[in-house]
Amino acid sequence: MSNIPAELKYVSSHEWIRIEGDGVVTIGITDHAQDQLGDVVFVELPEQGTSFSASDDFGVVESVKAASDLYAPISGEVLETNEALEESPEIVNSDPYGDGWFVKMKVEDESELEGLLSAEGYNEVCEAED
Amino acid sequence: MGQKTALYNQHLEMGAKIVDFGGWDMPLNYGSQKQEHIDVRSSAGMFDVSHMTVVDVTGNDARDYLRHLLANDVARLTETGKALYTAMLNHDGGVVDDLIVYAMGTPGSTGEWYRLVVNCATREKDLRWMSEQSARFEVSLTERPELSMVAVQGPDAIAFFNRVATESQQQAIADLTVFRGAAVGGWFIARTGYTGEDGLEIMVPEREVERLWQQLADAGVKPCGLAARDTLRLEAGMNLYGSDMDEAVSPLAANMAWTIAWEPEDRQFVGRESLQKLRAQGNADKLVGLVLEGRGVLRAHQKVIVEGIGEGEITSGTFSPTLGHSIALARVPRATADSAEVDMRGKRVAVSITKPCFVRQGKKVFA
Repeated sequence: MSNIPAELKYVSSHEWIRIEGDGVVTIGITDHAQDQLGDVVFVELPEQGTSFSASDDFGVVESVKAASDLYAPISGEVLETNEALEESPEIVNSDPYGDGWFVKMKVEDESELEGLLSAEGYNEVCEAED
Repeated sequence: MGQKTALYNQHLEMGAKIVDFGGWDMPLNYGSQKQEHIDVRSSAGMFDVSHMTVVDVTGNDARDYLRHLLANDVARLTETGKALYTAMLNHDGGVVDDLIVYAMGTPGSTGEWYRLVVNCATREKDLRWMSEQSARFEVSLTERPELSMVAVQGPDAIAFFNRVATESQQQAIADLTVFRGAAVGGWFIARTGYTGEDGLEIMVPEREVERLWQQLADAGVKPCGLAARDTLRLEAGMNLYGSDMDEAVSPLAANMAWTIAWEPEDRQFVGRESLQKLRAQGNADKLVGLVLEGRGVLRAHQKVIVEGIGEGEITSGTFSPTLGHSIALARVPRATADSAEVDMRGKRVAVSITKPCFVRQGKKVFA
């Protein structure tokens, strides 16, 4: 069983979203996703200041095993990226919901947040995949 | 549910993530394939390779039969225990499988026989082919499914095994040079492997293997899965059947020319005629190494573009935990020199071409 914190929101492409307030969210990939990928060796993140619409390609995670596209879970502008992942991509495996975060975004339309999955909803997505 | 080796329950207890591999439920990793890889390069790791197929070849014509069946020449096995890596070809010169053959008994005497270790995913077609080719020989082919196999690999592998070995096993290992094996009791211990490190491959009766695995674990040898086995063999530049070569590929195009025994000229092994034609044409593709020092990971089936010459394809690619960047094996036109480009997910990336061998004994080996 993978770890799915109740306080976070999710999308079915296996990203998590933490709502920080003031229209800011932090985004990363879930424990389930890092487990499926195995040892992460590169993370390619979008540049600060770029804007995305929900489900745009916005990066790539490469593990020893496979490359996996990242999709913007929500529309908005990238405020900050996790530079620590450049040197230590393995943090994604060891702490996917903490130090292994990917980007902080300014949400364009807060009503989009209502369409995100709850922990329960995301759990169903994972179970359907297994 | 696939077939299970005798170590299946121990794998689960040790936290293995299980995957299907050629119809077997095998450990992919026990947490981190990268860490397992590093353990093998720096100290020692162990792999359950009991899924591999062991076939004993006995009978008066054992040697003549294998000189017919295999592209390498078992006549080179002049002493008991010597091992030979070889391809088994079809009539078109394509690779049916790659395998190791050990000389058992006393070569050249009436008691001689041979042990073959072939791939698990190719088991059925190998056995069929071997049986077809045996028609005019007086030989018996006996599969040995009751033998389990554990590979202990790494610079400290032999020292670790010695801690749990009997006195007669220790004695046998002390005399064991690289690429040789020795029968001790019902066990067969060989100084061979698939990682580019020193180590042993140990064939042991199934009922004794759980104890061996546990003793090795208690001694400090880390269990390693198929994922680490793949990155280790790729760093060592060792081919994986089905990825780097198959029935449509000749050994000349798979960096296996060194395994073909052309002499003596009158030895008519299966595939020889076709292979001679290919050799005379001199334009077979070649298997090379690719190195990408920048970011990104080369993957199998990505297209290789060689400016002004043509195109090729990556046959195996990965991130190299030892080197900290990506490496790959690729089949490219023979005229390819020292650089190429790879189409990586729509982006063209420059790579350098090397010999298809990247790491041996823990050290980088390409320039």
